[in-house]
Amino acid sequence: MKLSDRLFGLIATIGALAYGAGALGIQTSFMSDPVGSKTFPLMIATVAFLCGIVMMLKPDDEPEWPVARSIGALIICAAVLVGYAYALKPGGFLVPTALASGILSFQISGKPKLAVITGVSLSVGLFVVFKFVLGLSLFGLPRWLMG
Amino acid sequence: MEIINNLYLGFSVALSPYTLMLAVIGCFIGTIVGALPGLGPSNGVAILIPITFTMGLDATASLVLLTAVYYGAMYGGRISSILLNIPGDEPAMMTTLDGYPMAKNGRAGDALVISGVASFVGALLATLALAIVAPSLARVAYLFGPAEYFALYLLAFCTLGGVASKNQAKAAFASCVGLGIAMIGVDHTTGMTRYTGGNLHLMDGIDFLVAIVGLFAVSEVFFFIESHGKDSSLGVKLGKVTIPWKDIFHTRWTMLRSSIVGFLAGVLPGAGASLGSFLTYMMEKSIAGKREEFGTGVAKGVAAPEAGNNAAAGGALVPMLTLGVPGSGTTAVLLAVLMTLNITPGPTLFADRPDVVWGLIASLIIANFVLLFMNVPMIKVFVRILQVPPAILLPGVTMVSFVGIYSLTGSYFDLLLMTVFGIVGYVFRKLDIPTVPVILGILLGANMENNLRRAMVLSDGDWTYLFSSGIAITLWVAAIAGFLAPFFVRNFLKKPSRPSDAQ
Repeated sequence: MKLSDRLFGLIATIGALAYGAGALGIQTSFMSDPVGSKTFPLMIATVAFLCGIVMMLKPDDEPEWPVARSIGALIICAAVLVGYAYALKPGGFLVPTALASGILSFQISGKPKLAVITGVSLSVGLFVVFKFVLGLSLFGLPRWLMG
Repeated sequence: MEIINNLYLGFSVALSPYTLMLAVIGCFIGTIVGALPGLGPSNGVAILIPITFTMGLDATASLVLLTAVYYGAMYGGRISSILLNIPGDEPAMMTTLDGYPMAKNGRAGDALVISGVASFVGALLATLALAIVAPSLARVAYLFGPAEYFALYLLAFCTLGGVASKNQAKAAFASCVGLGIAMIGVDHTTGMTRYTGGNLHLMDGIDFLVAIVGLFAVSEVFFFIESHGKDSSLGVKLGKVTIPWKDIFHTRWTMLRSSIVGFLAGVLPGAGASLGSFLTYMMEKSIAGKREEFGTGVAKGVAAPEAGNNAAAGGALVPMLTLGVPGSGTTAVLLAVLMTLNITPGPTLFADRPDVVWGLIASLIIANFVLLFMNVPMIKVFVRILQVPPAILLPGVTMVSFVGIYSLTGSYFDLLLMTVFGIVGYVFRKLDIPTVPVILGILLGANMENNLRRAMVLSDGDWTYLFSSGIAITLWVAAIAGFLAPFFVRNFLKKPSRPSDAQ
């Protein structure tokens, strides 16, 4: 069936249409040039639309998608990274980094002990390198704790 | 002798103890990054960019450091090809064909040394060729107006999508994604926002560094999680390393030929190192014919692709420095470096900032000698690093990427975007959609549009202006030919598969 490519082609086609529609809605101003701010996005949308159609009509072989367990691990990791993005500022460097790298490590190896060691040592080690060797401005602990 | 003067200027910039130290550090990090399976030159340089900037290095120093990493990663890529049968990066793929069988025959040390010397020959010759060719190409580049630049960008996307990829529709779509992302933010001609959806974080557009680190580094982490760090154990033992003088002497013409072909492949915009190593391997295979059995572990089969891809790495710097059009994923990343440093590559770079250009070229020559030393006598150090388990390595890489971007922009929104790019990169690579055109699109999108608009302003809206000069027409023809060529030569360009362990 080669479903993946057909499905992606469909998404690409719809995305291109949406992008094109978005281009038509771009506000113009009195200061404009012969091309204007809509033309180039419309050109992109046209090419992308054609590509989407080709992908649907001439799909490649099905890629090897991961098994359900791996998909679970991937979703966990993506969630961890999103959480890390939100936690880094309020939570300081040390704790979120230890947690995030520990969980990632566990997802790769499946060994809890190694994961804990990796998390803690990466967090402390990277903090020392970044803060004291490279001189980046990082806060180790949450700022409300530091006073 | 203008070139001697220029090189003298370059060495006077690059030979200070501080820049030398940076070159050594860069080479060391680069070789490690290149050797680690999955992490190639693009990832390595991408991760280090934000950190370099936050450290507050000046333009020359950052360039020296990052290009040393680039060359180092090109050298390092062969280590995992030979020992693990996993190419450390895409260009090193061809090295597995003879490198791994050679290692299985108990000649791992020889393979590493021969490929190290071949890398040195290829990279050194290419750097010298760069020093000779680039200034004259820069003079030609003065003739380029907006119409020519527009056609040139098109050529880069077309060759990247044509010759260098398996499926044109997918590569072209990837370019569109990149170009589309580049449109986000304020349109500088009209002052109006485009595609921001009212989100203030998007007003300035999407930082290309965020996209690069996400697409290259974070998506790699997802790949490792999927495979649970499988197949990265050392399959072969590395005994005592000696220098196989006879083999090196035997492959001298192979190295020379491959350096020339590799350099030319690198100069083509959009083609790059993968094409270089592929062409050189195939060339040597057909020259040798049936007498030497390529694929069973012959020295020439290791020397050719390594000389080829390192020469291409040097060649790819030519269009990047003179025209601002990168020839490969990594040079796209280096272009990002220059743009972040507020250096605009192009012909004016050679006239206005000779210290940057020649300092860069001189430091590349220095980096080559450092790398030869690191990669032959010190090879065992890097082999040991290969044994670091991915469960420690990958979280480390992720955290370094996040902290780098965070310390550069200080915004959680960019970290979120980076994760999104990581997921997109993972899905794209699963579907065999190349991610390099996305990067190229984000980097060049604004310039491409501006040149189109400037051309139309000059011609007062007459579209035929785009085809009004000889250079522009040539570029258009080359672009169309580059995009369509694979339809005719695809069977010829089919890549041989990696040697299997079963043999």
